[in-house]
Parts: sequence; C-alpha cells; structure tokens
Amino acid sequence: MGELVWIFLSAMVINNFTLALFLGLCPFMGVSARVETALRMGAANIFVLVITSVTVSFLNAFILEQAPYLRIISFIVVIASLVQIVETVIKKVSPTLFRELGIYLPLITTNCAILGLAIFQTNRGYDFIEGLAFALGAGAGLTLALVLMASIREESELASVPSIARGMGLVLIIAGSLSLCFMGFAGLLSSS
Amino acid sequence: MKETTGQEDLLRGIWRENPVLIQMLGLCPALAVTNNVENSLAMALATLFVLVGSSLLVSLCKRFIPGEIRISVYILIIATFVTVADLTLQAVVPEIHKALGAFIALIVVNCMILGRQEAFASKRPPGRALLDALGTGAGFAIALVMLGAVREILGSGSFLGVSLFGPSYEPWIVMILPPGGFLTLGALLLCLAWWQERQEVKVSG
Repeated sequence: MGELVWIFLSAMVINNFTLALFLGLCPFMGVSARVETALRMGAANIFVLVITSVTVSFLNAFILEQAPYLRIISFIVVIASLVQIVETVIKKVSPTLFRELGIYLPLITTNCAILGLAIFQTNRGYDFIEGLAFALGAGAGLTLALVLMASIREESELASVPSIARGMGLVLIIAGSLSLCFMGFAGLLSSS
Repeated sequence: MKETTGQEDLLRGIWRENPVLIQMLGLCPALAVTNNVENSLAMALATLFVLVGSSLLVSLCKRFIPGEIRISVYILIIATFVTVADLTLQAVVPEIHKALGAFIALIVVNCMILGRQEAFASKRPPGRALLDALGTGAGFAIALVMLGAVREILGSGSFLGVSLFGPSYEPWIVMILPPGGFLTLGALLLCLAWWQERQEVKVSG
C-alpha cells in the first residue's frame, strides 16, 4: 500500500507532468485562462489517463511481448480510438457532461501527457494496480498545475504589466516560478 | 490558400513563422530536452527527419487518403517514421537515446508536425512539401539550439561539453533544471517582443 501511495504522490507533485516533465504544455498554455475551464480540462484528462493506463496494461501483457517495435504505433492508435469511443459514450449517456467538456475531449488525443503516461508506465514496468495509481497521480498533478496557473492568470489580468510581457512571455515566466516552487517537493524524496 | 514561391516555402518556417518562437507549437520537447546543446541537436535532427519523411509521404499519397480519416492516417505515417528514428538512435548513439528518454517517442504528438501535414503537405506537390518541411525543421532546430546554448552556458558553464569559463565559474544550476526551461523561453519571448516593439516605433516614428 505504501508503495502505491508513493507512486501516486511522486507522479502528482515531485515529478509533476506539466511543471517538471513538460508534458501536456499545450492545454497548460491554451486553456488556463479561467479556473472553471481548467477544472473541466483536468477532469477530462484524469478520465482519459485512467482508461489509457488500463488499456496499456492489457496491451503490454498480451500483445506487445511478441512485437515490441509496434509499441509507439499501437499506443497512438489505441489512444486516438479510445478518445473517440469515450466521446461517443459520454454523448449518449450524459449529454450534460458532454456539453461541459466540449472541444477539450477530442483535443486530448494530441496531448503528450497521455502518450507520455503510456510510455513511462511501460518503461518502468508498472503492473495493473501500480499503473492505475500512476495515472491517478499524473491526472491529479495536471489538474493541480492547470488550476494554479488559471488562478494566477485570473489575478494577473488586473495587474499592469509592461506591454512587451503581455501574452505568452508572462505565462512562461509564471510557469517558471511555479516550477521552481514544485522543485521544493523533491525534498520529500530524502525525508521518507 | 494563396500561391507562394518555393523560396518563400523554405524561408517562412525558419524565422517569420518559426514553430517554437512565433507559433508556440512543439513546446514540450523544446523545453524538456534543451538542457544542453548536444541533446537539443539530436532532438532537432530526429524531428527534422520525421517531419521531412512524413511530409514527403503525405504529399505523395494525398490522392489515396480519404478525407474523413486523414488525421488518423497522418498520425500513423508520423508514428512509423518516429519508430524508425527511435530504433536508429537506440542502435547508433545509445547514450543520447537514453538522455532523451521518452521524448523521442513523443515526437508523434508534436503538434507542429501534424500541423504541417494538415496545413501544407496534404495540399501541395512533393517538392514544395519537402521545402516547407526543411524550413520548418530548420526553424525548430534554431529555436532548440538557442535554448540549449543559453541553458548550457549559464547552467554548466560550457558549450557542447567544452568548458568556457574555467573552474572558478559558479554554474546557475537552476538553468539546467525544469524551471530554467520555462524561464529561458519566457526571457527569449520578452526579448523578441521588445525588439518587435522597437521596429514598430521606428516604422511609425
């Protein structure tokens, strides 16, 4: 059990996907202007991450033993079709949720956090349960980073920044400072 | 889509529509692997190879790709070239492959590559697609090497592994850690915006 908690915490804060590993930067830059959209994007991400992790566990266990060179291709095909299936199912089962997620659901296909999770999980040889903890931690970390960023950006709208810093320059500097803060969590490694 | 000359196709991606610095595409690898110049170069070359290969193939096969499933076909083509690059690097330069880690495989989801297929290669003859891919790939390489150079010089006091300032230099460790990536790109964008603003003042004043 302690092992699982450790995998979860490590993926969430110590090796935060966005701020330490630079995965999923596109949504981080693109949809972090409002806290509410950031939360929804985070929820959609957690959902797809968990399903991907489960599928990848099965792929690794039963198919890729025989053909390791097909790894990248099969992962990306599986992720693209999974996102498509999830989209269709949600649309049928809960139209309200579908409307709330909107455009963010299909965009998740090209989010490198998802493929990154599949590859890390394989490289580290996580089994089914460990993979699940890893996916939940990664998703929670992504959501945390998105929401923090969105909160700061909402506040900074009222600040008068120099004209050259408006736009992406400022967002990147804020991300840098956030990333610095998250480095503090590396201290958990030595204290445990 | 307006007509362009071959020279424009080649030069556009290098500066005016630079994928990283202007269009903000392909940021994940641009920040993740640029903690020294060597890794940046390897990443840039691998991306250039994938971009050129898939642009050429997409442009050659555009008649046979049905419109409804074109995105999936592009992704499959890109994934094939990435697998080739991944296995080649692993066989030829295992140390660099290890340093880049999962980011070679993640070239598949580099939105810059998919963007070029959808916006350019699928509509133009192979020669033009090749020029465009070379230009965009070179622009990506320039941005990566710029980031890698700044981070390596400040963060380890060296360039391509050669020490620059001697043993008395105190390296800024933060520059080779993740925050350094965000801060360096942020600073570059600020310089760029400052320069553009000055140009505009010159033109209008």
